[in-house]
Order: sequence, then structure tokens, then C-alpha cells
Amino acid sequence: MDFWIDDIGWPFIKIFIIANVALMMVALLVWAERRVAALIQDRLGPNRVGPLGLLQPVADVIKLFLKEDLTPGHVNRPFFIIAPALTMMPAIISLAVIPFGASLIIADLDIGILFIFAISSLAVYGITIGGWASNSKYSLLGGIRSTAQMISYEICLGLSVIGVFMLSKSLRLQDVVLMQGDGIWLFGEHYTGIMGKILDWNIFKQPIGFILFMIAGFAETNRTPFDLAEAEQELAAGFHTEFSSMKFALYFLGEYAAMISIGAITVTLYLGGWTFFGLENLGGSFSWLTQILIFAVKLLALQFFFIWVRWTIPRFRYDQLMRLGWQVLLPIGLANILLTGVLKLIFKV
Amino acid sequence: MGAELNDYLPVLLTILIAGGLAGAFIVLSAVIGKRARNASPRRDTPYECGMPIITDAHSRFSVKFYLVAMLFILFDIEVVFLYPWAVVFDDLPATLIFTEMAVFIVILLAGWLFMVKKGVLRWEKAE
Repeated sequence: MDFWIDDIGWPFIKIFIIANVALMMVALLVWAERRVAALIQDRLGPNRVGPLGLLQPVADVIKLFLKEDLTPGHVNRPFFIIAPALTMMPAIISLAVIPFGASLIIADLDIGILFIFAISSLAVYGITIGGWASNSKYSLLGGIRSTAQMISYEICLGLSVIGVFMLSKSLRLQDVVLMQGDGIWLFGEHYTGIMGKILDWNIFKQPIGFILFMIAGFAETNRTPFDLAEAEQELAAGFHTEFSSMKFALYFLGEYAAMISIGAITVTLYLGGWTFFGLENLGGSFSWLTQILIFAVKLLALQFFFIWVRWTIPRFRYDQLMRLGWQVLLPIGLANILLTGVLKLIFKV
Repeated sequence: MGAELNDYLPVLLTILIAGGLAGAFIVLSAVIGKRARNASPRRDTPYECGMPIITDAHSRFSVKFYLVAMLFILFDIEVVFLYPWAVVFDDLPATLIFTEMAVFIVILLAGWLFMVKKGVLRWEKAE
């Protein structure tokens, strides 16, 4: 009986809440995206439905549910139906190993980061299968382009974080969080002043890795400047041209959920996760609430950056995209590992 | 069930919940979505901006994409090899562990150089 309550019941409730919070954050992000886009382009954006237009995503979801769920006759039916789900699921599943607080983690796996890469790389199947099953030229081209792009940048994503794990000596994400922010080690001395603590964040210890990770993260989530999967001017809507109703919405959801999970990984690996120089212990037995708040603020700041970039930087051309991934980021990533090794031996970090 | 496997129970639950949510969305929209009466047969054709469709969508595409997929498998496996090395970096004699990986990375870079010189990544060249 205990097994069913402690090992199935509570985790089930916890996961259900986290998954739904993630979906609600997606709705918020869609609203934020449109408002920030409007702000950057000097117009108003959605402001009619509810205060500040905050209920706009709700109206959108209701509309999408009520639209006809069209499965055209020319598509490969079973694949066409499961493809959108395959895109959305990995983003939610990879949140399972992210520590949102000292004890707020669904599964504290000792292979944390490998689990994330294993799961998030499955997202490419949703796009490939969707593009293929649609049996339409735009979809196929968008799907193939996007597949090649995502697998190319996955290598950079994998390479860029190795430096972090050379410093943390553990693939468990909770260990990576705890090793940041408690003071930097230099030449065998422990500096615990405020500067030492700030410099202990991985963004300062691994600046090259951080930049590489962000660039690869943009490409993995198909965001501008790497949104060639749905280059509207050339491909109508890319791989989801033939999808309608909630199937289209699932792709949309998947894209934003992937943005949230990439953001959450960045916060965990480089920005100190749920810690903030001792502030995370505030609130006594309610400190878990403070920790979630710290995590959320960092995450939202990062999401704002994602949106900001989307409405500021133009799209890459396809050959430029592939050249950047294979001929620039890949060697820099390898060099960063060697550099980290050398510096680690010199400074005894 | 071993203790290590118990750690993965929540992961299994997460997969079930994510799958359940996605499935619920698809089924719900199929159930409550409107259905058009007297739908035009043109709805069942692929969207190509209204132009008459002349060829099948599943035509041949550039072999470059296949090469990229092959390279991905090669390099991704090399990357995975680097993770255990990163974790045990401090546990072995520094010069040993560093030279070993330096040799590995140099070989990897040599392969990468060969790939670049072969022109595998030259997208702009006409076929």
C-alpha cells in the first residue's frame, strides 16, 4: 500500500502539477512573445481580451479546440496523428530531472544531463515524421531541413556543456547547482567573498561554453535566427503546413515547451539554478517557495532574451547555418574542452 | 526492483503523463471540433498555394542531408565518450588524463578537417 501512495501517488500528483504549470507557462510565453514583439515593433499587440490581453492565450486555445480537426486524405494517417505528440512530449519529459529547489525534483538521476540529451533529441522525430507523413512538398522540405539542423546543433549542445561537468565532477544536475555560488577555488584557496561567490557561477567560469550552449539552444528550439524549419517566405509554414486545430497547437506547444526546458537547463547549468547567494534559505520551512521564485525569475529573464532575439535578428541562410554549426561551433567546442583542461590544471579550480 | 531502477519510476510516470496530455489534446479536439458539411474535395489535396499539383511530394532530395545524418552519428558518439572523461578528470594523474584526451580530440579534429576538405559541407555548390 505504501508503495502505491509514496512511489506512485505523490510523484504522480507532483509531476501532473509541474507538467500543467509548464503548459500554463507556454500560454504565458505566447502572450509575452506577442506583446514583446509589438513593443519592439512599436505597435500595441493583443490587448483586448482581459487585462493587458492576458486572456488572449485562453481564447486562442478554445478557438483551436473548436476548429475542425482536419486530417487530409493524402496524408499517412497514423504518423500524421502521432507526430505532433512526439514533438511535445520530450520537452515535458526532460523537465523531470531539473531541480527547481533543494528537494523539488521529480527524478534525481545520477546521469541527469545524459537523460536530458537522450530525451530532447527525440523531439526531432516529431518534426521528421510530421514533415514526411504530410505528403506535401513544403512539409517535406521543412521537415528535412529542420532534421539536419537539429542533429547538427545537437553536437554543439553536447560539446559545450562538457566543461561544466569537468568542474562539477558529477552528471547529477543537483550537484551542478550546489557547486555553484559557494565561492571559487583558485590555487587551492577558497574565496568566499561576494565576488568569489558571483564568479563561481558557471557562466563566468565557462563563458565560451555558455555562448555555444545558447547558440545551439536557439537552433535546437527552431527559434530565429535559426527558424529555417518554418521559413514563411519560402516554405509556407514548413513541416506543419498541413496540420490544423490542436495538432497544429501541439507543435506550437512543443516549440515553446522546448524553449522553457532549454531555459531551465541553462539556468541550472550556468546561472546557479535555484540558489542566489544565500537568499534561497529565506522563509524557513517555506524556503522551497523562495527557491521556486528564484528559479522562475531567472527562467523568465532568459525567456525574455529568447523573445528579444527573435524580433531583433534576421534569419540565417541554410548554407550559413550549416557552416556555422559544423565549421565554427564544433571546433570551438572542442577547443573549449582542451582550454578548460589546461586552465583547470594551471589554476587548480 | 533494484534501488537504481526505483529512481526511474518517476521518469516512467512523467512519460505517461506527457503522453496522456498529448493524447487527450488530440482526442478532445477530434471530438469537440466542428465538422464541415459538403466539404470541397480540394481540401484533400496538399497545400501548394493554390497551384495545380504536378509531382508527388515524396521525390528525391539532396544526398547532403544523408551525409549530415552520418556525420551526426559519428560525432555524437565521440561527444558521449567525453562525458565519463570529464567526470573523472580529477581522479587520475593530471598529465595522463590530459594527454589521453588531447590525443583523442586531435584525432577527432583530423577527421573533422578531412570532412571539411572533402567538401561535405559545401551547400552552395551546384550538384
